[in-house]
Amino acid sequence: MRKSLLALATGLLLAGSVSAASAADKLKVGFIYLGPVGDLGWTYQHELARQALVKELGDKIETTFLENVPEGPDAERSIEQLVRAGNKLIFTTSFGYMDPTLKVAKKYPNVHFEHATGYKRNPNMSTYSAKWYQGRYIQGLIAAKMSKSGVLGYIGSFPIPEVVSGINATILAAQTINPNIKVKIIWANTWFDPGKEADAAKALIDQGADVIMQHTDSPAAMQIASERGKFAFGQDSEMIKFGPKTQLTSILDTWGPYYIERVKAELAGTWKSEDTWGGLDSHMFAMAPYTNMPEDVKKIAEDAQAAITSGKLHPFKCPVIGQDGKEVECKGGANLDAGQILGMNFYVKGIDDKLPGK
Amino acid sequence: MQLVLEKRAERSNTIALVSPLIAIGLTIITMTILFAILGKNPLLALHAYFIAPLTDSYSLQEIAVKATPLVMIAIGLSLCYLANAWNIGAEGQFLIGAVAGSWIAVKTQGTDAGSWVLPAMLVLAAAGGALYALIPAICKVKFGASEILTSLMLVYVADLLLDYLVRGPWRDPHGFNFPTTAEFDPVATVPLLIEGGRLHLGSIIALLVVAAAAILLGRTIKGFEIRVVGAAPRAARFGGFNSNQLVILTFAVSGALAGLAGIIEVAGPVGHLQPGISPGYGFTAIIVAFLGRLNPLGILIAGLFLALTFIGGEQAQIAMKIPLDVTKVFQGILLFYVLACDSLILYRFKLVFPNRQVASGTH
Repeated sequence: MRKSLLALATGLLLAGSVSAASAADKLKVGFIYLGPVGDLGWTYQHELARQALVKELGDKIETTFLENVPEGPDAERSIEQLVRAGNKLIFTTSFGYMDPTLKVAKKYPNVHFEHATGYKRNPNMSTYSAKWYQGRYIQGLIAAKMSKSGVLGYIGSFPIPEVVSGINATILAAQTINPNIKVKIIWANTWFDPGKEADAAKALIDQGADVIMQHTDSPAAMQIASERGKFAFGQDSEMIKFGPKTQLTSILDTWGPYYIERVKAELAGTWKSEDTWGGLDSHMFAMAPYTNMPEDVKKIAEDAQAAITSGKLHPFKCPVIGQDGKEVECKGGANLDAGQILGMNFYVKGIDDKLPGK
Repeated sequence: MQLVLEKRAERSNTIALVSPLIAIGLTIITMTILFAILGKNPLLALHAYFIAPLTDSYSLQEIAVKATPLVMIAIGLSLCYLANAWNIGAEGQFLIGAVAGSWIAVKTQGTDAGSWVLPAMLVLAAAGGALYALIPAICKVKFGASEILTSLMLVYVADLLLDYLVRGPWRDPHGFNFPTTAEFDPVATVPLLIEGGRLHLGSIIALLVVAAAAILLGRTIKGFEIRVVGAAPRAARFGGFNSNQLVILTFAVSGALAGLAGIIEVAGPVGHLQPGISPGYGFTAIIVAFLGRLNPLGILIAGLFLALTFIGGEQAQIAMKIPLDVTKVFQGILLFYVLACDSLILYRFKLVFPNRQVASGTH
């Protein structure tokens, strides 16, 4: 009995390795996710992109993902596990994976890595990100139009440049509509914690905010705004089903085209280490339909979107005045340059709050 | 007829030995059913969980790396728990140790500081962890505050302190404002044991800690005191043992070990200080301590075993496309069975046939 079981086990294992061998002809592509695939935000959008990738190139590739990988000491191991399982192109989809990805990349020069939203690169490690501040600018216009109290509520995740530039773009846009617009900011210190996000939304509404904006990943704030009859913007993904009468629009991360392009390059042998920072013009993200607003507001939003896409409008057009009242040095000619936006560490004038760590 | 748990006259040593095996057997049966329901091949899945990680040096190293902080913290906690002192805040002591040790690494960054840096970091981390653990210990001894609550609450304080430092004064000036210190210099890094691997000196330190704890508990009077105070407080008082002093001592030792584990993790696998350096090691170590039955060797085995389930779970995710949630269910079921089977050491099942006549006679 024991022996036959053992034989059965061996047989099954061999069968497993045989099928693995036939799959070895396919390019293996790995993904590391920060949240659960069902977070309905950041990770979910990466998962949708992976599914789009499989749909497009499924006969040539095999994909694997590891979800809920914390941005700490475990990340390096998780990435290396994917390498050891034979993945040749690996997408690490959160900022905190930057150093672990770099470490593994240096160790395996023949494997290619794609790291989202970081700034460290290697001959076999690309970075990719999106100019979300463009979308925030549009949201700022809508928010200022829709707010009756003149107070916006903003739920920040971490005070890093990506988030700070989003807040600044929002306010700069809002000030063009209502120069006296106010913003209340709460730092949740997390990317994904529905409980905390909901609490932050409640606190902001209690402080008079009637339009809620968020840079965290769950639909919790949308649900609270919906319960309280306020407006809100979605984040990362389409969240209108959590607030059919609440969502004004949402910045949709659309990684699919980029993933397909990079995998095609890998298949063709033309993959190179690059730094991709795409905006509305290159479809790195999209705006969800403009809903729950009058036609004139919708028109303003659509016009701004067209102007940003064509390059006519830049959210950080000089002069940009800092919180201290001084003009920020304009390194990019007519606008702030990429480095200033990617490393943004100041609030613009009109934000009545202190940037943490400043 | 009723099935009841009846206390045994004395603990069953046979069950004590075989209960982990029964637990693993029951886990395997349960998981086999679960895998079958999910449409996965149970044999392949169990192979990915239990066997595959043990078959190559890479995974073995990773198991050791993962187990290192768990074992070090759990050893310290076991001393507390044996002495009836309930330190729940090892997570905070871990973070404070990491912060205290990193202070030297950050201050000497880019200077020609010599090889004294790492030893100094280790010492300072242990001291930091110990001092931090002394806060709840002293509050308990002097004011009778519940050490469970105070030590737990101090975890959040430590977390926020770390957060403040890496976002403020210690932030990497070239790091685009992201919340992390710069990478530590080589002299401030825990050396690797195997070229190209991740196994580091910390694993050796963890083994030394296990040996030291075994000697302390088995061969010294202090160890005897710790066990007596926990097992028989009245007897300890008659014996003249000072339980307050032991609370202070065990908290300090356990804080020091957690702090040491913290700096080893930061100066080893992570390489810099950042938020989220601990995926809950301080709390998982509580499970490891009890899974190892508060015995140093048991804790070593339990730590390695829990690490195996992490590594195996990850490999199962990759090889079998088994979702992470199933790995968590798996760990939960395993712990459930282990603790359930352990209750059979002190209790046994008994069928009870209620005697109606006797029952009515008591009116």
